[in-house]
Amino acid sequence: MPAMRALGAEFQKVFTTRMWWVLALLLVAYVAFLAGGLGAFFGWAVEDREAAGSAGNAIVPPGSDLAPLIYSFASSVGYVFPVLLGALAVTGEFRHATLTPTFLAEPQRSVVLGAKFASQLAMGAGLGLVAFATSVGAGAGALALFGLDTGLDSSDIWALIGRGVLAMALWGAIGVGLGALVPNQVAAIVVVVAFTQFVEPVLRLASSLNEVTASVGRFLPGAASDALVGASFYQVASVGTAQSLEWWQGGLVLLGIAVVATLVGGATTWRRDVT
Amino acid sequence: MDRGIPIEISGLSKHFGSVTAVEDLSFTVEPGRVTGFLGPNGAGKTTTLRMLLGLVRPSSGTATFGGRSYRELSRPLETVGAALDASFHPGRSARNHLKVTATAAGLPAARVPVVLEQVGMSEFADRRVGGFSLGMRQRLALAYTLIGDPSVFVLDEPINGLDPEGIKWIRGFLQNLARDGRTVLVSSHLLSEVQQSVDEVVIISRGRLVKRGTLASLELDAAPSTIADSPDRPALAAALDAAGLDYTEGRGGFIVAEPDPARVGHAAFVAGVQLSALHRLRSGLEESFLGLVSGGVK
Repeated sequence: MPAMRALGAEFQKVFTTRMWWVLALLLVAYVAFLAGGLGAFFGWAVEDREAAGSAGNAIVPPGSDLAPLIYSFASSVGYVFPVLLGALAVTGEFRHATLTPTFLAEPQRSVVLGAKFASQLAMGAGLGLVAFATSVGAGAGALALFGLDTGLDSSDIWALIGRGVLAMALWGAIGVGLGALVPNQVAAIVVVVAFTQFVEPVLRLASSLNEVTASVGRFLPGAASDALVGASFYQVASVGTAQSLEWWQGGLVLLGIAVVATLVGGATTWRRDVT
Repeated sequence: MDRGIPIEISGLSKHFGSVTAVEDLSFTVEPGRVTGFLGPNGAGKTTTLRMLLGLVRPSSGTATFGGRSYRELSRPLETVGAALDASFHPGRSARNHLKVTATAAGLPAARVPVVLEQVGMSEFADRRVGGFSLGMRQRLALAYTLIGDPSVFVLDEPINGLDPEGIKWIRGFLQNLARDGRTVLVSSHLLSEVQQSVDEVVIISRGRLVKRGTLASLELDAAPSTIADSPDRPALAAALDAAGLDYTEGRGGFIVAEPDPARVGHAAFVAGVQLSALHRLRSGLEESFLGLVSGGVK
């Protein structure tokens, strides 16, 4: 079947170059640093409120549940990695002019793009598993060090991890859509990094200042992702108390972005002449 | 393998905005021989081949393999082997490139070492393509065309970047394909590069067909001319003018539009001009080719 052949080829393309494990290593390092480091810092602040002083109370309100907050670093900061891998799966074909052999082997271009979408959903889920293994490993270790509850015996935590892996999978598919919309590799990377690390955090913070903008701001992809996962350090850091989306609504927002971006890209740049 | 599939190009045109790359091009490429697709850089060769392969959408016209367009082929790599620009992901090994292709085309992975051996790349199979020379990438691109054991080959400038040994090798390679009854279309901007490999020529210039026929028919078209040179070129030019002979000035002397060197020598003798060279122009084929493609420019 052409779709299965194309899917197999897309997985082979990912695993026969170095990008996937370079990104996975960076993801592990980043999440381990934040989950382990902040887990230890929060643990210290909660255990010794006197020493941490007023700062401790400001960062960690008394009684807040630390475990989900720390574990969710896997997706709340790690989501940029599946997006990058997904975008590179598309833009790399343009950059290295490999669309020619790709389309010669499978002239039905929509089959190729569909295979990229599906394979990057799976790659995103894989990166999600790696990220949560890291955040739970490092975070639970840090919490246990200060004698705090790791929550690993709670089914709610495991449900959160499952939703987090789903969120990472959807981010991989969003990357494919972004790559199809912005086939220039450098431009796509700039968009990913600028949007995830600067534009969206600023927008989320700014939108939370006002009721009306907050109701719009919760549809921002990062906010939708955090809603899907169910915990994020943004919920602690945010100024207002805007109602976030239901977890399934967050998931649908991410899926919608991925599908629409891929369809629009597939109908425009992906159909262009390959010269 | 399904032998005897012709390539048919009919009324093919492509406009990029206001630029016409290919204009109403029609020709057929027959199986069992090597056809050279010739023209200067920018003549529209690559655009034509890309339209044939479904990569560029024609503005009008059709290009088919035995009546079916590339996109209509159910297993394209088993019908057509195409090498266009020899571009590969630099971080992937030669073997893995071919494995990806085999998977995408539903071909057994066992084909990969076979075609690597066929193009003499076995020892470089597991090296990343980023370190390959252009000649090695050309060979890998040929391995790609062979993987589905197709009956039609479409090769864009395959000789570009090959060393003399590689050129000799590819000549034999092309002739063997044609001897098997396959259809072989090879583009080049240099007739001299392919004249020892091709049986037929299709020549285009500025997107239009200017000549198609056998290599021998092209030779007949060549107007024989004479090369003459003198230490005193202005004097020789005046002598040729006086004798009413047409000529152009080249690096090795004047190319005189006169098949008989004796008449050119006589013109110089009459004017008292010393000659340093006087002989018949041998490369009639190349001259004929250049005449055709520059004729298209006018």
